[in-house]
Amino acid sequence: MERTIRVLVAKPGLDGHDRGAKVIARALRDAGMEVIYTGLRQTPEQIVSAAVQEDVDVVAMSILSGAHNHLFPRVMELLKEKGVEDVLVIGGGVIPDDDIPGLKGAGIAAVFTPGSPTGDIIEFIKKNLKRKA
Amino acid sequence: MDDSAVSADRVRAGDARATARLISMIEREDPSRLAVLKALHAYGGKAHVVGITGPPGAGKSTLTDKLVGDLRGRGRKVAVIAVDPSSPFTGGAILGDRIRMQRHATDDGVYIRSLATRGHLGGLSRAASEAVRVLDAAGYDDVIIETVGVGQSEVDIVRIADTVVLVSVPGLGDDIQAIKAGVMEIGDVFCVNKADKDGAERVVREIRAMLETAVLNGAATRFTPLFEARSALRGDAGNAGGATEAVASRGPAEQGAFHHITAQATGHPNLEIPPVVKTVAETGEGIGPLVDEIKAHEAALAATGFLRSRREANLAWELGRGAAQRVLSELERDESRETLAELARSVLDRGIDYYDALDALEDAMKRTQRAATTA
Repeated sequence: MERTIRVLVAKPGLDGHDRGAKVIARALRDAGMEVIYTGLRQTPEQIVSAAVQEDVDVVAMSILSGAHNHLFPRVMELLKEKGVEDVLVIGGGVIPDDDIPGLKGAGIAAVFTPGSPTGDIIEFIKKNLKRKA
Repeated sequence: MDDSAVSADRVRAGDARATARLISMIEREDPSRLAVLKALHAYGGKAHVVGITGPPGAGKSTLTDKLVGDLRGRGRKVAVIAVDPSSPFTGGAILGDRIRMQRHATDDGVYIRSLATRGHLGGLSRAASEAVRVLDAAGYDDVIIETVGVGQSEVDIVRIADTVVLVSVPGLGDDIQAIKAGVMEIGDVFCVNKADKDGAERVVREIRAMLETAVLNGAATRFTPLFEARSALRGDAGNAGGATEAVASRGPAEQGAFHHITAQATGHPNLEIPPVVKTVAETGEGIGPLVDEIKAHEAALAATGFLRSRREANLAWELGRGAAQRVLSELERDESRETLAELARSVLDRGIDYYDALDALEDAMKRTQRAATTA
């Protein structure tokens, strides 16, 4: 049986806008994935804990507040602490190009900025899953 | 983590990753899950399994979040299985129940898992019953199952839960909704949520009237045998009628919280019906009393021996379903398909009738079974 891809869509930090995250959630759902949406204002601890309990293949985070350089790497750190190495982590939101190399260095597999076609995100996920499908 | 790293020991030790992975293995019916499930078997049977069901938007998730909070306050470890529907077209799903429960995400005494129905009808996912057994064996004191938003006949939850909480809200329709058969019949505890809204009192009255009428009509309701057994334990006549002054003279504490004497039905001063609790989940109002009723129901089940008989009936049902599933997968095999096609042709050509074909099929399956056991 084909494995269903499970994705946690999360909004870390304090910004209160999840329109983009919801668009992504629906696009992933329509691509046949199971999307666990955790809502606004999540701490990295909450995100990692939910990712573990839900046994997701992917964590997709969206930030518009500018706190990405702190929050994204913190999520990676916590995942590592818990020994979770088989989860693909991607980010999106309002993120300056200059910050992207640093985030990738911290382990964020890809960063999708405003205007990214949802098809690209879906394809990226399908191609880069860390667990065999 | 590799699937092979999942073990009963890790699940028992409260390792959320192992538990989560095992539930994923259950969801995709991975045969390698069976060894772990078998090893966990000895530790099960202790958790109180509570079902939360009701129409979409009734506030089931918010209510579940508040129940978890209250139960944690009582020192209990709680697991939640929250079910949402899969798209019948793409197979995708948005599992959003968790949004309301994220404050418990970092509490080690709470495990929350979202499941998509993956084509299963009835309000649950096929993985639900095995997932419940895992969480039970993992040592959670309460396992709460939140069903999908149900319509009028998704009643699978009664096959899994010890106690079913039926959540209703004001504004869903007229009083005829409360007297239809189906979902409204399955509650052990009734909850009218959003009780701060107009019409809440009316919903309470309608539910109570429905329950009272069922008792007065002598209907075989879900709660009838339990109430009778409890009356016998107390040594009074209960709903069977007759004087029950002994009961009325006892204090509320002795009667147990799970004892509701309605004043509505004249001439039946001691008519007993399941509790109907008003809540405002958003603010937490009424949550304590609701948990009291849920726990009182469990106590009543345990005191009367119905906990065991209800579980026995549910297991028997599930075993039957499991066997049927095996037969179905047997019929999926190529050889079986050939036999089926051959029989279909004979029926079409008026060679044999439909029922002879069924008998022939049954015989053929028994022969393969015998061959398999003697081999």
